[in-house]
Amino acid sequence: MPTTAELMVSNLSVQFGGLKAVNEVSFSLQPQTLAGLIGPNGAGKTTIFNALTGLCPVSGGEISFGDQRLTNQPPHTIARCGVARTFQNIRLFKNLTVLDNLRIAYHKNRQYSLLCSLFRSPRYWREEEQITARAKEALELVGLATKAEHLAGSLPYGEQRRVEIARALMLSPKLLLLDEPAAGMNPQETLTLLELIRRLRNELKITILLIEHDMKLVMNLCERLFVLDYGHLIATGDPKAIQSNRRVVEAYLGGTGA
Amino acid sequence: MVKPRLTGLIKIILLLCIYGVVRLLESRGLLLPYHVQVLSLCCINVILVVSLNLINGFTGQFSIGHAGFLAIGAYLSAFLTVKMHVPFLAAILCGGLLAGLAGLAVGLPALRLRGDYLAIATLGFGEIIRVIILNMEAVGGAKGFSGIPKYTTFGIAYLTAIITVVVIRNFVHSDYGRACLAVREDEIAAESLGVNSTYFKVLAFALGAFFAGTAGALFSHYLQYMAPTPSQIGFVKSIDILIMLVLGGLGSLTGSVIAAVVLTIIPELLRGFAEYRMIIYPILLIVVMLYLPAGLMAGRELSLDSLARLCKGVKSSAHYS
Repeated sequence: MPTTAELMVSNLSVQFGGLKAVNEVSFSLQPQTLAGLIGPNGAGKTTIFNALTGLCPVSGGEISFGDQRLTNQPPHTIARCGVARTFQNIRLFKNLTVLDNLRIAYHKNRQYSLLCSLFRSPRYWREEEQITARAKEALELVGLATKAEHLAGSLPYGEQRRVEIARALMLSPKLLLLDEPAAGMNPQETLTLLELIRRLRNELKITILLIEHDMKLVMNLCERLFVLDYGHLIATGDPKAIQSNRRVVEAYLGGTGA
Repeated sequence: MVKPRLTGLIKIILLLCIYGVVRLLESRGLLLPYHVQVLSLCCINVILVVSLNLINGFTGQFSIGHAGFLAIGAYLSAFLTVKMHVPFLAAILCGGLLAGLAGLAVGLPALRLRGDYLAIATLGFGEIIRVIILNMEAVGGAKGFSGIPKYTTFGIAYLTAIITVVVIRNFVHSDYGRACLAVREDEIAAESLGVNSTYFKVLAFALGAFFAGTAGALFSHYLQYMAPTPSQIGFVKSIDILIMLVLGGLGSLTGSVIAAVVLTIIPELLRGFAEYRMIIYPILLIVVMLYLPAGLMAGRELSLDSLARLCKGVKSSAHYS
């Protein structure tokens, strides 16, 4: 039922000069779904994420989230609507500690005023303590509680990805977009990640949409898949249906038409 | 929260001690009025460097027009005290506020620019302010503004410097400061976390400009004469402040304080070398930059703990000498 859909994307197009990176894509996500966005390289997956989070201009179509319209809103407004994301090429604040990375993301929930911070009122101290506690909770959740004081840039790749997820969680999002969360991880790390993503959905009751090339992870994890090819949405459905879909197989393996 | 209170108390006592020692030495004649003058100038430069650090170091917006804000504060406050007989403290505040407003006015359009382009735009802004003042007869125009009363005492300069450092430190260690750091580190990531990057750039710019304005007010009532020359309120002054900032280390408040004090005193010490002064000073800078490319403090802070360790070291070495 489209009326209860949390995320609605209708006829979304993104154009870069003469290139239509995303072409009339429509899909919707129900609350608390764990969905995957897949497709060959250059299909426009990250572009869709960027359009959803306001990082690239939408040239046509509509995006709405709950009762809010997200089309062409600035990224910080979209983040405040409850949409958080991670990046394909990890964008942590590398020169800051892990804890500070997370505390920054509490920004939209901060209550104290500028004057409170300049004169360090009791309210400032109280809330700063809360923020730190929240950040430590989030780190605990991704299993990195011991790394709070490390510089974010000094952590191994897999841990940086998990810090980025924890940072996104600090926004208390309703929708979490994960751009290739398992990229560069070894099988063991991927397994931990899989568990983590499941737990996030089940415990925090958030909607998750992820881009991933690791098909084993995608098929195991996602309840719903969207397949993109050359900017077109070519298939939607549960993993089983997608695996046997002819157009999907053609897109990935190259068929007569492609 | 016992520990922050205790260290806070120690810091207050230390700051009072410094003031007391200066006053004591002054009354005993060990510090000549000239020395106290230099110390006042140190305090003014501390304000300038720390406020520029907020813009360049913590928010990552490379501004080289800081002297423009200084000029606004200097001339407005002087105009108020000389022509309108406004009390000095009110004049300082007005100078700061107008400079802050100018920071807002410049920041809104200029902060759409990045890196080199922003630097050039702020340089241009600084020169515009200087040229406007040059053509304003009410503040002396090209002749300069003379007859400014000597209101800036060491006490006032010292207190203002402390207030500036404390306020900016509190800002940096709050959610507002963290948002600024986020903008510096990665603007796209900051935006995606709900940080309105334009807002925080402008906020940092305006706050930095406000303090530069107060420093300007202290400066004009310290020199008693303002001339619209590049070295006093133009790009040469801006570069002077920038050198102190870079030498102390971008993003380190204690580094800024140390560099401002040291680089104010060194040229005075070198006065004896007359014309060689401007050769020795740059050579010193080059040497420091070669061996400490990230500045004296390199983004770190000097805390009370490390200070205690340092004191121990100094004590023991003094004991041996």
